Parts: sequence; structure tokens; C-alpha cells
Amino acid sequence: MKLLFEKGSPGRTGTTLPALDVQRSDRVPDSVRRREDAALPELSELDVIRHFVNLSRKNMGIETSFYPLGSCTMKYNPRFHEDVASFTGFAGLHPRLSLLPEGEEYCQGALRAVFEAERFLAELLGFADFTMQPLAGAHGEMTGLMLIAAFHEAKGEDRSVMLIPDSAHGTNPASATLAGFSARVIGTDAFGNVDLASLEKALGPDVAGLMLTCPNTLGLYDANVRQINEMVHASGGLVYADGANLNAIVGRVRPGDLGFDIMHINLHKTFSTPHGGGGPGSGPVGVCAKLVPFLPVPHIQEHSNGSLRLKHESAYSVGPVAPYYGNFLVILRAWAYMTTLGIEGFRRVSENAVINANYLRVRLQQAYKPAFERACLHECVLSASAQARLGVRALDIAKALLDRGFHAPTIYFPLIVEEALMIEPTETESKETLDAFISAMLEIAALAESAPDAVTAAPLTMPVRRLDETTAARRPDVAALDLEETP
Amino acid sequence: MPYIANTAQDRKEMLQAIGVESFDELWHLADVHESPPRFNLPEKGLSELEVLAKLGTLARENRTDLICFTGGGVYDHFVPAAISHVVERGEFLTSYTPYQPEASQGTLQAVYEYQSAMCRLTGMEVSNASLYDGGTALFEAILMALRRNRRRKVLIAGTLSPIYQAMVRTSSHHLAAEVRVTSDEPDQCADELLKSLDEETSSVVIQYPDFYGTIRDWTPLVMKAREKGITPICSVYPLALALLKTPGEMGFEIVTGEGQSLGIPLSFGGPYLGFMTTTSDFMRKMPGRICGRTKDLSGKPGFVLTLQAREQHIRREKATSNICTNESLCALRAIIYLALMGKTGFRRVGELCASKASFAAETLISIPGVRLASSDGFFNEFVIELPVDAKPVVSQLLRKGFMAGIPLGAFREERNKQVLLAVTEKRTREEIVGLAEALGGAL
Repeated sequence: MKLLFEKGSPGRTGTTLPALDVQRSDRVPDSVRRREDAALPELSELDVIRHFVNLSRKNMGIETSFYPLGSCTMKYNPRFHEDVASFTGFAGLHPRLSLLPEGEEYCQGALRAVFEAERFLAELLGFADFTMQPLAGAHGEMTGLMLIAAFHEAKGEDRSVMLIPDSAHGTNPASATLAGFSARVIGTDAFGNVDLASLEKALGPDVAGLMLTCPNTLGLYDANVRQINEMVHASGGLVYADGANLNAIVGRVRPGDLGFDIMHINLHKTFSTPHGGGGPGSGPVGVCAKLVPFLPVPHIQEHSNGSLRLKHESAYSVGPVAPYYGNFLVILRAWAYMTTLGIEGFRRVSENAVINANYLRVRLQQAYKPAFERACLHECVLSASAQARLGVRALDIAKALLDRGFHAPTIYFPLIVEEALMIEPTETESKETLDAFISAMLEIAALAESAPDAVTAAPLTMPVRRLDETTAARRPDVAALDLEETP
Repeated sequence: MPYIANTAQDRKEMLQAIGVESFDELWHLADVHESPPRFNLPEKGLSELEVLAKLGTLARENRTDLICFTGGGVYDHFVPAAISHVVERGEFLTSYTPYQPEASQGTLQAVYEYQSAMCRLTGMEVSNASLYDGGTALFEAILMALRRNRRRKVLIAGTLSPIYQAMVRTSSHHLAAEVRVTSDEPDQCADELLKSLDEETSSVVIQYPDFYGTIRDWTPLVMKAREKGITPICSVYPLALALLKTPGEMGFEIVTGEGQSLGIPLSFGGPYLGFMTTTSDFMRKMPGRICGRTKDLSGKPGFVLTLQAREQHIRREKATSNICTNESLCALRAIIYLALMGKTGFRRVGELCASKASFAAETLISIPGVRLASSDGFFNEFVIELPVDAKPVVSQLLRKGFMAGIPLGAFREERNKQVLLAVTEKRTREEIVGLAEALGGAL
């Protein structure tokens, strides 16, 4: 399809604007005036809409296809949430209003929604308090790590090492580095759990904490989790829970009860807010009582008369990590989800997510080797190592699935599993959908043996065939520049 | 149960296939031995109808009927209705990061077009796919410069948004960097910046137009900074670039900003759109996703995420940034906005804003005792000085239905008589005159 910039005709515009009702003038000094208009497209409203609608048709989404992307929790996103997010009383509300003198009075409904989401999460997950500011999961990680650093700093302790299991998401070590820690890697034992000997050895007075994904990225629950947390606490560190996989245990296990001090969650995973092609997300962070003083400001507080006020100053706060109260419209959708589900609904979420994942694991293990021979939680990690020996790699299986109408699972992660296929079905998929996916996976496995070239040629039915990523990286073409205006 | 398809019968068959009698058995088999917690939360959920009613009530407790003359980084611009209808297509809304490019050409081409438009708007060569917001994008730019020249000092104009200053302070606390902020008086700020450029400075950060609305040509400072190997960073209000000279033309090496003005509703603070553009030299130091154009096996043009060797899922602790999920759908809003406005519509929005702001300034300073705080040029945001403390006046105007701007005393006591006002294309002559009357009455 042609680019927007290759379409249109000079003088066309896709909008109507009011006539000027004051004298035309401006206060822009000549020295900073733009000499030529920005080289934007010139299209009618219909041209623009047709362009983007046709682009959308080149995408798979949850609403078009089963999307078992492991660790991303691609569950159904309730449609009425989109209506809620577009209510004028929310979408049309200026965040500065709350900061104007007496302005909080004028936005009590919005403050109430954020405050209630915070309280709901704190109770659901067993923490003393939450901040809703972090704008995505990795931003929540970064915030959590800054809280850990602030805690040790306030105690006058110099602890610069963050322990991270080798199965962790790449964001964990990257966030740790950004927060000023150096990452020390902990091994995984034969059952897919944290290697306790490796942990024991790594602990010491320089360790600020441990980042643990619970359940872990192998989709496995580490039965030693309480012991791990105690070991870290005993050496003076804090334990951070990465909530990427919360969907597995929500409503059944409270991470705060397990001894975690701090946790980020992803509203765009467990709480069903749309992923949007790569955001917006939201990564609220919960903390135990001793970390509450360090939470970012502004923070919403309820007064005895029931009204909500903002606390802007706090002696130990790390400061603001986002300009206002986080991704408000995302939080609002999560509020709607929490209220629709209730505790009973959340217990059903984890139950069905876990049954669906184990059903896939059991039905697929005849053809694909499980990374670990044990019951999983919300996702199953398989290995295409047997297929790889026939010349069909995890990537090829992923592409062959696209041709069969399924989005691919996460591949090559966790890094510790050879030819990993990480499959997360979520609770919103039906048995029929899973059965169809299983048939496709088994058919691909059979084809890998009989006609491997038919798998490695995939995809053939997508808008494009496999793309040349090497040239893309070697000679990057990342923007259609307007040649006349290029500096 | 809400949103769950499987029936008791389905579950029974699946548990049987798994080889267990019950879910509890499976749960124990998965090694979870925690006793079920008791929650102080509603056991039962509510219906869609009930949830909508509750949220309707909360929405009505927010005053969105106030006439808005408040900016400070977030602006009440017109958002064409077509944008929401397009971004709510399930193929855009419910997809994720385009890890499988063959199944994500829609998102990827839109990102490439967004990157192209942002380059054209800011006068730069490279853009990423988006960052969280203007403040976090600015911090990422500071990090880029630190990585590039390995110096320690960060020089920040005191005229940078106080919120961004606070965010940078929070995020840089644990870096081995020394952050220095100049005076917030525009002239003094420019002098101090120029005098402070030295061989230890990594980057110099400027907001354009600045927090107080002032615009000036930063070319001389930028040139001097570059001569000394300092990376000049510009945090820009993108809609102002409808009329203003681009940061690229002034020689800035990294440009960041808040993209909310490009078709994103006020939304009580988010989701918004952090953007970043830069020069080719900095491309491989940039954080976030980048989309590139390439060809498929049959020679057909297509798009992929590229330069991923910078990213956390490959480089882990050595990554250029920890960012993973960004604000893709907001970037989609921005490119649809820019496409709908187009070359002439976008300029026209700028002209409407600037003309109405100019009219508002004139009208307000005709009130006895009210004057402009500065004689500098501006786009659509400016500071007026009242003869009295501004705070109670702004509260009084709120009660009369006007968000009359931001009283600046909260940032520095000496500014307590000042108010920062923004005027967008949505304001009418009548509303501006109404504000002036209300202000005159309040003094």
C-alpha cells in the first residue's frame, strides 16, 4: 500500500475548522517563524479514513484471531470500556484542574476512580498502598526499583546489587541498570524454580533485593517462594514481584501475603485493557507498609469528610514518575473490569487461564517437548528442539501458524529454553478455539517431518512474505523524509 | 461468568484430558499450596448496565464545562471525531507489539508514517515509535546524551516545565550525573545557559516555547553547545511547530515532547504520547521501538521493527533503555490527526491559536492594572501579571466557570501575581471577552 505521503493532491484537507472570529495577528517573532509549512499529507477525510481502515485490515488482533502470545495475556478487552473512556466527564477533563486552587473539588469523580482502583488493587494483592502513576510495566519496574533504592538510602545502607533470575524478562535487568543497580544473575534448578544454592551464594550485604516473576516466565509456580523471600529479607534485601504473570494466581494468592515487599502489575494484561499495538499500558506499583512513605507524589488521600485531596509533598517520596495520575483512561477501564468481575470473577479468571494452559500443554506434548515435565499455571513453555533437528525452527512454526489463522506464541523466550514456544491462551478462549489451535500445531509438527520446506516457506497468506530484517537493520530506512526540508 | 466461554462441561472434559479430577487437584499439582485468602472486597461483580451507571455518576462529578484557558503542557485542542472511530478498529486496538511483522503490517506502516511525520514536523531525520509522555521522553534524551559523550553534567533551562524538572530529578537521582537548573527568568536563563557551557557538560535542555510561553531563536546557543561537544536537547510543543521554526533548523540534536496536542483528548493526564526525534548519528543510541521499511522475499515493500540490538529483550542490562510497551495507539492518533489536518489544516490550527492568543493578551491587558509579564514573543501561551495575588482570583474565576490559567506563585513566591494562560482554536471571541469581563470584575 502507498504511503500517506505518496497520496493526495495540493490544497486538500481532511477537516473543517471555524472561521477566525478575531483579527488575524500573532506574536511570533520573525526570527523563529517557520518558512514553509510542514510537509504533511494533503488528503480528504474519506481518503484518510480509507487509508487507515485498509491498514488495519493487515493486522491480526485479539478480535480477529486467537493470540496466544506468552507473557502478554492477550485476553478479550470488553467493548463497553471504550465507551466509558470516551465519556466527556473523563476524556474532556484537564489534569491541571486538580492542581488549581480549590480545583480538586471540580474533579472528585476522576480522583475517586483512581483512588478506588488503588484501594481495590491493594486489597486484592495484599499490599498497604499503590501508586497508579507508572505508565507501563517497565516503568513500574523502574519505579519499584527506585523505591527500593530510596529505602536503603534512608537507612544509610549502600546496597548496589539487584538479583535477577536467568529466566527473567529483559526489562528486569534493563530497569535495574537504569535505577543505578548492577544486575547479578541467579540460576534455575532442574524443576524450573529458583536455584536456592545459587541464591544463597549470591546474597550478601551488597544486595539491595531480588526481582522475582511470580509465577515465573516458564509459567511455573515456585513452591519455595516464601522461603526465597525470607532468605532475601534475612540478608537485609527487599523482594520485588514482577506481576507480568499475575493472571495465573489473581483472586487465589495474594503476593503481599507471600512476603513480597513491592510489586508492579500490568493493567493491560491482567486487567484487560487493550494493548493498542504496543501501548498505552499502565504499570501500577504496590508496596508493603514500610515502603509507603517513599511512594511517588502527588498521591490521592481521602479526608474524614469523604472528599479526596492530593498530597504533593512527602519527606521521603521519590518524587513524581509521571506528570499526573498515570494513564487515567487505562485505569478507568481497569476499574470497570474489577467492578464487573468481583472476587468471584477473578477466581474464575485464574481457574480458566490455568485449565486452558494445561489443556494445551497436555495435548501438545505428544509433538512438542515441554520445557519442564510438570503442571504449569497460565502459560505453557514448549520446545521445538525436536523440530529444529529436522530444519524447522520455532520461528518457522510461528509463521506457519499465521497462515492457519492464529497469531504466533512468544518465541525464543525464556532464553534458557532451546527453541522456546511460550503459549498463553488466557481464560477468555473457548475449548473449540484451543482444539483448532492444537490441530494446527499438530499438523505443523507432522509437516515438519514429512515436508519441512512447506513449513519454512510460511507465511504465504499474509499481506507480505518473510521480510528482510538484516538489510532493514544494516541500511535503516526509518522515515520518508521530505527531501527539500531535510537539514 | 463475565467474558469466560468455557462451561462446566467444557472444563470437565479438559480436566479429564489433563488427567485430573478437579481444578483443585491441578492447582496442587502445579505446586501451589497457599490457603485461599479472604478479601475485604465485593464477592460478586456487577453487570455492564450497573457499571456504566456507576461510572456515569463519577463522570458527572467532574467539571468539563469550564471554559479552558489552561495549558502548561496539556492543551484543550480540537480532536476530529474520525480519529477515535479509526483507532477503535479491533485490528489496531487489540493487537500488540508487532513481533510478527507479517501479521502486523497495518500497525507497522502506521508507525513508519508517524515516524516520517514527526521528522518532518521537527526537522529531524529519525524518530522512534513513541515513548510514554513528554517528561519521560526528555529523561530518555538526557540518558542518550550521557551515553554518547560520557560526560557528567546536565544543564537544564529553568524555563522547563516544573513537572518535567521534578520528573528528571526523580529519575536521575541514582545516576552519576550532576543536574544543574538555571533561573526561570527567560533572559537570565539564556545568559546562564550560555555561560555554563563547558567541556564537562553532557547536554543542555531547552523547552520551546518555554513553560511561560516565551519563544526565542536558540540557534546561537545550540551552535556554541555543539562546538563544545554538548548535545542540545529541545522539548517542544508540537502544535506550535505549525508556525514556528523547527528545532532541527536551529541545530538541536535531540527533540522530545508531549504529543497530546496532536489529536489526543485531555484525559485527566493520560494516556498521552512521548515522542523523540533525532539525527542519524544518534539513531543507534535511541531508546524504544523503531520501525523500518524493507522488502519481503518476493521483493514487495514491507515494514519491520528494526535496530533491535539496542533493546532490552536482546541486550538486557546493556540495553539503551528498559522501555518495552510504549504508547502505540496514541501515536496512531497523532498520525491520523496530522493526516486529517494536512499541510494547510495544520497551519490553520496554528494561526487560529496564535491569533486568538494575541487577541486575548490585548483584551486582558486593557483591564486596568493587568499587564504582560514579558515583552517576548509567544505562540498561544503567555503570562499576565495582576495587581493582586493571583491565587484567589483564579479560584474566584473557577467558580464563575473559567479555568483562567495557572497561578505561578506555587512555583516561585515572587511570581505570585502572575497567571499563565493558553488559548487554543476552540476558544471563541465571546469566551475571551467573557474571561476579560470576569477578570475585571474579580480585581
